Amino acid sequence: MINPIMFYVLAAVLIIAALGVITSRNPVYSAMLLVLSFVTSAALWVMLEAEFLGIALVLVYVGAVMVLFLFVVMMLDVNVEVVRGGMTRYTPLGILVALAVFGEIVFVVWQKRFGDTTFVTPPPKDADYSNTEALGAVLYTEYVYAFELAAVILLLAIVAAIMLTMRKRPGLKQQDIGAQVAVDARDRVRLVKMKSESDQ
Amino acid sequence: MTIGIEHFMVLSGVLFTLAVAGIFLNRKNLILLLMCIELMLLAVNFNFIAMSRFLGDLGGQVFVFFILTVAAAEAAIGLAILVVLFRSRRSINVEELDVMKG
Repeated sequence: MINPIMFYVLAAVLIIAALGVITSRNPVYSAMLLVLSFVTSAALWVMLEAEFLGIALVLVYVGAVMVLFLFVVMMLDVNVEVVRGGMTRYTPLGILVALAVFGEIVFVVWQKRFGDTTFVTPPPKDADYSNTEALGAVLYTEYVYAFELAAVILLLAIVAAIMLTMRKRPGLKQQDIGAQVAVDARDRVRLVKMKSESDQ
Repeated sequence: MTIGIEHFMVLSGVLFTLAVAGIFLNRKNLILLLMCIELMLLAVNFNFIAMSRFLGDLGGQVFVFFILTVAAAEAAIGLAILVVLFRSRRSINVEELDVMKG
């Protein structure tokens, strides 16, 4: 059973952090608050018995993706005042769209009538239930092709990110690995036969 | 009072709504737009995990696993494009990105 106090506290932290992300003036603050919202979501996922994904969210997002975001935010010399949105003529439209989306979601979700049979809260799992083990059991059998595709996507992301950010600067001394490997000993050392000079 | 699926789905609805509002509020700053997209994906993942818990089906969690993978790849490529863009134009202002006349 999910503790209501814990749920409401974590939900409040999550919503306040998300509000901070979208309203903060400084992109670094936004990134840090996004970290907070990821960690809070991970806690809520653990409460939903998705322990593996909760930990994966902390490791992958807080540990890798958000650090990448922070690196980029701090490396780029962005003029915050210029790019900062602020209240513009689009703000009322944004709030209107947001309220409409929220209203529709609540309208669909907050109806008790479909909760009667379909979404009865299941009992908690046993103490020796391993979420990671159960996830692995389906991931490597039923979803193995999707798993391999995910690996290909990650490889693609690595290659794309490296290719996009690698640049050749003119005038910079660099090693040419191919030329280095292809070189022959005769290109480098020339043995010369000379007459001895001892007969002077 | 028990916490049911509707609590989690409304929470994820609030998150998604905040992300949509954030895209409108920060529509000039490309980095913040990427962050808002991450927030949206988080809200979607929330729905999947709540459904997976209350339906007793692990498929939802597997799906979240793949969404996390794709989102990480998307963030890496998006930030790489951002860095290249900043190198060539010295700005990440969305309003100045009008090369394609869209």
